[in-house]
Amino acid sequence: MKRVGLSGNYAVAYAVKMADVDVVAAYPITPQTTIVEKLSEFVANGELEAEYINVESEHSAMSACVGASLTGARVFTATSSQGLAYMHEVLFMASGLRTPIVMANVNRALSAPLNIWNDHSDAMAERDAGWIQLWVTSAQEAFDATLEAFKIAEDVLLPVMVNLDGYILSHTYEPVVLPDESLVREFVPSRPLQNRVSPKFAYSIGVVGPPEAYYEMKYQVVDAIEKSRKKIKDVDKEFGDKFGREYNFVNEYMMEDADYALVTMGALTGTAKAVASGLRKEGEKVGVLSIRCFRPFPKEEIVALLGDLKGVGVVDRAVTPGGPSNPLFADIATTLYEKGRRPLLQSFVAGLGGRDVPVDDFKLMFGLVKDVVKEGKSRPCVYVGLRE
Amino acid sequence: MSRLKGWKEIPIGGTIVEPGSSVEFDVSSWRTYRPLFDKKKCTKCGMCWIFCPEGAIKINDDGTYDVNLSYCKGCGICQRACAVKAITMVKEG
Repeated sequence: MKRVGLSGNYAVAYAVKMADVDVVAAYPITPQTTIVEKLSEFVANGELEAEYINVESEHSAMSACVGASLTGARVFTATSSQGLAYMHEVLFMASGLRTPIVMANVNRALSAPLNIWNDHSDAMAERDAGWIQLWVTSAQEAFDATLEAFKIAEDVLLPVMVNLDGYILSHTYEPVVLPDESLVREFVPSRPLQNRVSPKFAYSIGVVGPPEAYYEMKYQVVDAIEKSRKKIKDVDKEFGDKFGREYNFVNEYMMEDADYALVTMGALTGTAKAVASGLRKEGEKVGVLSIRCFRPFPKEEIVALLGDLKGVGVVDRAVTPGGPSNPLFADIATTLYEKGRRPLLQSFVAGLGGRDVPVDDFKLMFGLVKDVVKEGKSRPCVYVGLRE
Repeated sequence: MSRLKGWKEIPIGGTIVEPGSSVEFDVSSWRTYRPLFDKKKCTKCGMCWIFCPEGAIKINDDGTYDVNLSYCKGCGICQRACAVKAITMVKEG
């Protein structure tokens, strides 16, 4: 074990190397590039024995990953924003063909206007692709989630996307504990997965699913991602036992006796926690809940932790133009509604296209949640930090 | 056609593990027209058999041709291929 200074991207690259992947197929895109750059360095200098496929686009990168994964190889790729959007149709094939691909998605806004900075619109646009989505809040978490992702993916035969915020996590250097490689290998043993395209079998893959078959095949993906909840729980537990860092579907901060809370995802969580901690000193009973596993959505945890609160503010770093609400808010509201729980919910949008979300914005959001509870009714979505 | 399998019964990932399973795939409901073969005009040249994209044409014992209606989608290519106009397409129903 050693403690080193790594960027979020390098933390991912080290996790991929230690997981001993067989194939990397990737196309560079900011702010993801340094992940696959580092991996190509590992392959070039012999530290990682893997097939490194340079492709001409993200569409090809994901296609190559699907093909490689069908041979039973352990497969990794990374992308961001436009690259993820360009993979769109192949993402559904990856889940439909049940290929356990692991991908780091370094969250970045979608054009137009062209923007290379952070928000969550890229991953949110792919939330229905049948991928498990993990979201991290630090470089250490990026390392840990990437290792877990291989284990989860290969156990449930679904692809896993590890989301880390562009620049805020991807390019910021933080202390990261790198475990011994032998310990990592015990956690994610190099195991041959079934080769489904071997000439030894007369298997057909990627077949037509006419109306008589498509529905059943699609439902298999629905069933698999539902059942993955238990597997993810088991993997979190095993990870905690082995490496000493505990993870869950959600990260809770000062939620035990909270009356009000903000729900966040990704790097925003850090600032939210710092502000909550300050407000606690002033006697405000506030907490922060961040979603670590967005797909499958942590329904039980949401109901248990938010169901009895007075007010909950949901911070979306993505928008659904013309929709009734934004993606994270919609999922929180649906989850609580289904169980008949009614804390007052207030929707916020913040930080689009890399706009900084400073401490004052979080103070404003916590304050507004308290206000709407007093008023007894929530307001239309508040676009925090938007200039008029 | 046998009973359709439920989601728990079919192999995951849209994998077909049994070779030759397309023989179970009945497309007869796709058809609007079906070919009628006139054995008297047939010269046994086999062009309909060659051109049928579905392999739905079968060879009779006497060397003439007929269609397996489970696999015929009614495209009419056999009719076009027949030099002696021994095949006519007639409307179903």
